Amino acid sequence: MEWEAVIGLEIHAQLATKSKIFSGAATAYGAEPNTQACAVDLGLPGVLPVLNREVVRMACMFGLAVDAEIGRRSVFARKNYFYPDLPKGYQISQYELPIVGKGKLIIELEDGTTKTIGVTRAHLEEDAGKSLHEDFHGMTGIDLNRAGTPLLEIVSEPDLRSAKEAVAYMKKIRSLVRYLEICDGNMQEGSFRCDANVSVRPKGESKFGTRAEIKNINSFRFVERAINFEIERQIDLLEGGGTVVQETRLYDSAKGETRSMRSKEEAMDYRYFPDPDLLPLHVDDAWLDEVRSSLPELPDAKKERFMFEYGLTAYDAAVLTSSRELADFYEAVEKSSGGETKLAANWVMGDFAAALNKDNLEIGACPVNAAMLGGLIQRIADNTISGKIAKQVFEAMWEGEGDADSIIEKKGLKQITDSGAIEQVIDEILAANPEQVKQYRAGKDKLLGFFVGQVMKATQGKANPGQLNELLKKKLNS
Amino acid sequence: MHNKTITELAAGLRAKEFSSVELTRYYLERISRYDEQLNSYVTVCTDHALQQAEAADRAIAAGDAVSLTGIPLAQKDIFCTDGVKTSCGSRMLDNFIAPYDAGVVERCNGAGMVMLGKTNMDEFAMGSSNETSYYGPVHNPWDLDAVPGGSSGGSAAAVAARLAPVATGTDTGGSIRQPASLCGITGLKPTYGRVSRYGMIAFASSLDQGGVMARSAEDASLLLNVMAGFDERDSTSAEQPVPDYGATLNNSVAGLKIGLPKEYFAEGLSADVARAIESAVDEYRKLGAEVKEISLPNTNLAVPTYYVIAPAECSSNLSRFDGVRFGYRCDNPVDLEDLYKRSRGEGFGAEVKRRIMIGTYALSAGYYDAYYLKAQQLRHLISEDFARAFEEVDVIMGPTSPTVAFNLGEKSSDPVSMYLSDIYTIAVNLAGLPGMSIPAGFVDQRPVGLQIIGNYFDEARLLNVAHRFQQVTDWHTHAPQQFKD
Repeated sequence: MEWEAVIGLEIHAQLATKSKIFSGAATAYGAEPNTQACAVDLGLPGVLPVLNREVVRMACMFGLAVDAEIGRRSVFARKNYFYPDLPKGYQISQYELPIVGKGKLIIELEDGTTKTIGVTRAHLEEDAGKSLHEDFHGMTGIDLNRAGTPLLEIVSEPDLRSAKEAVAYMKKIRSLVRYLEICDGNMQEGSFRCDANVSVRPKGESKFGTRAEIKNINSFRFVERAINFEIERQIDLLEGGGTVVQETRLYDSAKGETRSMRSKEEAMDYRYFPDPDLLPLHVDDAWLDEVRSSLPELPDAKKERFMFEYGLTAYDAAVLTSSRELADFYEAVEKSSGGETKLAANWVMGDFAAALNKDNLEIGACPVNAAMLGGLIQRIADNTISGKIAKQVFEAMWEGEGDADSIIEKKGLKQITDSGAIEQVIDEILAANPEQVKQYRAGKDKLLGFFVGQVMKATQGKANPGQLNELLKKKLNS
Repeated sequence: MHNKTITELAAGLRAKEFSSVELTRYYLERISRYDEQLNSYVTVCTDHALQQAEAADRAIAAGDAVSLTGIPLAQKDIFCTDGVKTSCGSRMLDNFIAPYDAGVVERCNGAGMVMLGKTNMDEFAMGSSNETSYYGPVHNPWDLDAVPGGSSGGSAAAVAARLAPVATGTDTGGSIRQPASLCGITGLKPTYGRVSRYGMIAFASSLDQGGVMARSAEDASLLLNVMAGFDERDSTSAEQPVPDYGATLNNSVAGLKIGLPKEYFAEGLSADVARAIESAVDEYRKLGAEVKEISLPNTNLAVPTYYVIAPAECSSNLSRFDGVRFGYRCDNPVDLEDLYKRSRGEGFGAEVKRRIMIGTYALSAGYYDAYYLKAQQLRHLISEDFARAFEEVDVIMGPTSPTVAFNLGEKSSDPVSMYLSDIYTIAVNLAGLPGMSIPAGFVDQRPVGLQIIGNYFDEARLLNVAHRFQQVTDWHTHAPQQFKD
């Protein structure tokens, strides 16, 4: 039987605010345990939550960016359960009336087609603290620095049909929240993570199968592996005559498998009810218009513009707009190169991206800035250097040896475009290789490459390749 | 000295008739002399109070005094006090010292007042007799065999017995007004949102409201001037201007429209209490007020509605008492579940556990709609009853409680009969309205309270209406025999 997977993601994006969602404590990552938790975060008696206005703005930005309805009246609710790192015994979240309603997002698939994925809702909530089981013999340590950190939980429709689609969707959301500068997207620190709801059904069937929820996956690679593992597991189960049970599962990245955490029967009753400490949140038109006008150009619009304005292919435009920094960098390079749109794209996506990758650097922290790369491209465009020499210049720039012009000057890499000078070298080479000249003239055309190589060797690669070819052919054929 | 109102005390301090230190010592001595019989204080802050009094005397000497500088008060032990134990009447918090002051405490300190101590109360404010306190029951100064009412029973008894000139209280379903009534003092529960809930340990967040317990409306107005106002740390706090509550105390009540809800004079009300209330209303007639019967048809729904909403909120509010970060922790827990079960099982008393269980049930999947949601709908109907009434009348009057103080132990094994002692006060909390109780006579030497209910943010009118009554009656000046001297 042919099976079809049905996947929905719940993405938790940590909002990049300075202070927590309901208190004034800082949200910075990596501080000493319990140094960023105030009385409100500790859930001490009598303290009360006060909503951070900034999280509302950020949630609305996201809502507008996925074309969603913004909840004009949204309600914070308490999700009640006991856990040592949940100080109040409840998490403040949103339940029936979230701030962001139905929206949608377009993802690009590997075959170049696109697919629209529904966003069911996105709601605001506070994160819990951390339980530390190591370092405390027979006991558990609690770090409440993370307690009260603002999260936007983004819930997708079950529109995804493969692990690859799920990853594409998650990447797109990540790119979007980073464009909006509402989340740093740092998956290692847990600022961006997801739960995946996975089920399978016979292809053509319209009803959904029973789903399992895989909790807290924090890398794209793990999302793909966990979902694929889970799809296989469910298909094997069903083909073996078994049934899938509704449950929560954990992904073990070391073993590459998912395993059961708790079943539906053990599922907690969270006893949601509206939080009486927080009044319903009202968002008015004027404020929403303000937020709308503050939105940056979004990835899809930018990609369209890159194709139209710079004549780039859909693929190049998509790569260059995958992050705001990369897109901004490309535009700066293109400008300082004097409008060399194609060359700029090739260099940014090629040697530059490879160098970043190799040294594991961010654009802002790397040794070659946009003006330097643009300057290099100008020299290729005006024939001062060849593409091949340019690679050498780029490497020197990356090593901090200065800008393109000074490197070309210092190393004497300027291309030889004086035909007299090139002809002189050609004459010398032809004179030194009479046997090869004879063979060539006898019809062994392939030897042209040999002569080109010899001339380049003699000029240390500086002869203008086009001129060289032309002159060489003229000489040999005369 | 102990019969002086706080207006008189403030004048005496200004005139240097006595210092705040002398006044504070005087009250501390009364507490040490009498409180063994009453058990109205959980903590007496002798050193802390004298330090505050010294500071107040310096301020008075420097001419920096404001209206209540140097006046002693008692804080209900539900308000967190920086460096002083805040028990909330529970074993759970017997070891809890907050690192912050509640908004109310901050305002009282800021006004130069002197905190004598923290008063006893029903555990987590759950009770109407003060018998659920971990620290034992408070006795009614008018009769030591009687309850003082609850949950602010310690504050009520302390003010009635002249162990504090004035005190704070909190009222979730009648916890200021009912003990004020049973102890023969003046209590005011303001409009929900008028007084900050920051640092006030939550019982039922949508109903809880801090207020004042005093010997007269005039004294109450002075303390409310200090306590009322917006607090950005409490999202439910009202950003409404605060009038000077003293400015309108003497306004005439001629032409005032008083509504008497017929449902408040029906079955269940003691005939003697009814007579006392009727003669109090007659005083208003003599002052030129117009009295008419009104109806609050959903009155009978108030108690059942309250006993879904309040426990539901409390079941969640009290989850933070888990033995993990502060408060009571059981000995040698074997695992996490054991830690939770025994810390909470041993740390909470029976009434608190009963309400947590009721509330947990009411919020559970499958029951939420039938209980919590339905109760919220009824709450809306109850508010509408009042809204309609206030189209016709300026204030509503009736008994605060159906009986005078009952005896200790009389109702403690019958929760429903205990809950019914709040039958006239609970609806006011559900609607979020301000309500007062003022002394209006005695039945068998036990005080009767007249309840006055006002429209939203109409505290100034309530105080004015109460004050005018106190100008023509002397019920509020009576002191319990045993504590007279």
